[in-house]
Amino acid sequence: MSATTTVATRPRLRPRSRQRRAFTAVLGRDLYVTWKELPVFLAQVILQPLFLLFVFGKVLASLGYTQNGYSDLLFPGLLALTAVITGMQTLAFPLVVEFGWTKEIEDRLLAPMSTALVATEKVLFASLRAFTATAIMIPVGILVLGSIPWRWSGVPLLVLTMVLGSLLGAGLGLVMGTLVVPQRINIVFSLVFTPLLFTGCSQYPWPSLSRLPWFQVVTACNPMTYVSESMRAALVPSVPHIQVWVCMLVLAGSLIALMTIGVRGFYRRAID
Amino acid sequence: MRGNGVPAVEVSDLVKRYPKSPVNAVDDLSFTVNPGEVFGLLGPNGAGKTTTIGMLTTRVRPTSGRALIGGIDVAADPVRVRGLLAVVPQRSNLDRSISVRRNLTFHAAYHGVPAAEATVRANELLEQFGLLERADIKPDLFSGGQSQRMMIARALMHEPQVLFLDEPSTGLDPAARLFVWDRLRELRDRGVTLMLTTHDMHEAATLADRVGIMDHGKLLALDTPEALMRGLAGSSTLELSVQSQNGDVPEPLVQALEQLTGVEAVEALHDDTPEGDASERRVRLYVSGEASPLIAPAATLLADRGFALRSVELGAPTLEDVFIHLTGRTLR
Repeated sequence: MSATTTVATRPRLRPRSRQRRAFTAVLGRDLYVTWKELPVFLAQVILQPLFLLFVFGKVLASLGYTQNGYSDLLFPGLLALTAVITGMQTLAFPLVVEFGWTKEIEDRLLAPMSTALVATEKVLFASLRAFTATAIMIPVGILVLGSIPWRWSGVPLLVLTMVLGSLLGAGLGLVMGTLVVPQRINIVFSLVFTPLLFTGCSQYPWPSLSRLPWFQVVTACNPMTYVSESMRAALVPSVPHIQVWVCMLVLAGSLIALMTIGVRGFYRRAID
Repeated sequence: MRGNGVPAVEVSDLVKRYPKSPVNAVDDLSFTVNPGEVFGLLGPNGAGKTTTIGMLTTRVRPTSGRALIGGIDVAADPVRVRGLLAVVPQRSNLDRSISVRRNLTFHAAYHGVPAAEATVRANELLEQFGLLERADIKPDLFSGGQSQRMMIARALMHEPQVLFLDEPSTGLDPAARLFVWDRLRELRDRGVTLMLTTHDMHEAATLADRVGIMDHGKLLALDTPEALMRGLAGSSTLELSVQSQNGDVPEPLVQALEQLTGVEAVEALHDDTPEGDASERRVRLYVSGEASPLIAPAATLLADRGFALRSVELGAPTLEDVFIHLTGRTLR
């Protein structure tokens, strides 16, 4: 930056640090809004897994409809579910609304940062929220179930899986939020949301589906399955599960694909 | 800070064709806006104004041609260009999740304005735009006028060099419109370059130093509002109210008036003005060029023939006339 930058009114920052500041400020705005609406945020993220946990892990077990130990394989699955669904919801719905109706995103698209960075901030913020929500599920699980399956040696894999699950949810949200036109948002959400919720192996371990081969194939196509399975590998390794390296491979591949499609979709919505 | 010969906006051979469209939305556009100038893009809906502004503000990718803001290419370095400009859209895009004040300070933070400076500037702008007492509520129930004021205040937080306004007073009540116009004049006086799109003739004529008239993606004319209107021959009129003896305008008088230099046609008007004198009659002269130099010769001519001149009314062509002349259609 030399003599060509005479048009500035204040000392010009180097482009990279300038973009970093814009990125931090946009993330700061999102975190500020979350902080201001903390009770709403907590209710939003906790309610659904809380009820699933309560009904399947507590009520059905107390009534004797589920075997002993079912809650141990359900709990890791619900962590996976919370990470993926929260990531997706945090990103997809607001994005459709911002692009389609409120246009609130325009002020950020006109900030001195690249459009890809605006998309990246969305993904990072959604992942942070998803990660937080998943972490909150751990004490909630202790409260509801009395005890949760826990291995300290599995914590590194647990944290890694939480990160990947949150990113996966955000990636799915970015793809949906940019590909869906506002008028169809309700239909698409119900068409995607419910199947995703029930084919992601959060309520059952994948290898046990060998008795239902067609459903095993269906669940293998849902990337959330690999989050659930990796969670079980971390917390209840004695339950048969998909190999961790397979989970990591599939999740890495899914993330690359979703981010590529999502960022491209974001560009298409942001710039004509 | 301006000068050193760099135009605020420079557009050359700019073209935008949307996919699947058979025609260019913007078709080979070239113009320059000087620093501190108020430039109005005038045209009907669908003329290509919004697409042009979209390209200048990095939200629409040009198909070909070049657009520079402060000497920087919008396509090659959109990030730097975004730091130089601000956009006030027609429809509110305010952040409804945060207060009015936070809208301003977060906008400043996006643009790297230090927090302390942003706080001071936000207070000044809130005061100036009459928003101070509503500064700590969220803007979701704001009226059109309040949103508009707030969006201009927000746009000014990072001291842009070029401010783009899309239909700045559409949908505002007359008081709000005058308020916005006053603020825009202040900005111009401070040296901010303003580029506005409008289909409001009056707005363009009142605010703009120069007006570009657009239709079908092309620039049809570009000049000061005065020059555009002056260039429209035969559209100026001079209306004379004449005291006549028998309540009629005699044919010889009409013929004599037609002989005056610059007069293209004369029409004796026969509408009766109820409250007026029954013997008063009006004559309209259609003039090429300006009408005012004809007042004196016309008055002399009437006096020579024993008619008393009661009043004179000058009718200048409006930008609307210019527009209709150029495009063959009305603006809306």
